[in-house]
Amino acid sequence: MAVVTVNEDICKGCGLCIGACPKKIMEIDTSHLNRKGYHPAHCSAPESCIGCAFCATMCPDVAITVEK
Amino acid sequence: MAVVFQKTRMLTDKPFHYCPGCTHGIIHRLAAEAMEELGIGDTAIGVAPVGCAVFAYDYFNCDMMEAAHGRAPAVATGIKRAHPDRAVFTYQGDGDLASIGTAEIVHAATRGERITVLFVNNAIYGMTGGQMAPTTLPGQVTTTSPYGRDVNHCGYPVRVSEMLSTLNGPAYIERVSVHDVPHIRKAKAAIKKAFQLQMEGKGFTLVEILSSCPTNWGKTPKEALDWVVSDMMPNYPLGVYKDITAEGGAK
Repeated sequence: MAVVTVNEDICKGCGLCIGACPKKIMEIDTSHLNRKGYHPAHCSAPESCIGCAFCATMCPDVAITVEK
Repeated sequence: MAVVFQKTRMLTDKPFHYCPGCTHGIIHRLAAEAMEELGIGDTAIGVAPVGCAVFAYDYFNCDMMEAAHGRAPAVATGIKRAHPDRAVFTYQGDGDLASIGTAEIVHAATRGERITVLFVNNAIYGMTGGQMAPTTLPGQVTTTSPYGRDVNHCGYPVRVSEMLSTLNGPAYIERVSVHDVPHIRKAKAAIKKAFQLQMEGKGFTLVEILSSCPTNWGKTPKEALDWVVSDMMPNYPLGVYKDITAEGGAK
């Protein structure tokens, strides 16, 4: 299991991490807005995460930290 | 737990002002990581352009200079000649480098200035509102070519990497893309190589990075990256255009 941490305040909800994730577990959290007014991304199933960091590699705002 | 990925210390904590899905942020990170990994970041000096990346001086955690529109290679020439032991790079968009700055880039390249140019090509003017750029594709709709770029009237796009690779001064020229993870890794390797060859004093180095502009292309971030592959890459083929260190010499 790996831990994907999205810095919600700098995430712009562009969704590029969603397309990059091989496990298809990144998603936009539409339940709340960040302080910039975007729906931030988050990892919906941390137990399935393999820690490949593809999401973080694709993130244009360097908002993602990955630990394994 | 071990950290697999975290933000490089060569980027400041300031959030990027770029539009959602704009790949400028990825390219900033690759340049910053390349400098950190080569151990040249703390003494590096960057030159920011005019255009969307004008605030690059706020994002790189090294000394930065802001140049007049298109003049970054001229400013970088002065910096590098005054500080030949430092890594000096320019970060320029296509409106800056391929339009108003065409003279500067061609002459810096042919003089073989030992600088690294990161040329971000998104085929449009971003900051000013999506006008036609020299790199705009034939038929591409922009605010100043609402019926698509008509080559009979506006001419053809400038291919900077191909053009500069005909000169003797450049040591390394490669065109890369950042539309998916494998290509991002290749782009980073290219940027790292460019910095390395600069520090070895081989000559002028340029990496052209195909980028997206979801806002002005009128597409979602994902659609914009798909358009890079479907429309930009056939017009701007990826690859190494010049590498004097390759087997057999200059390509």
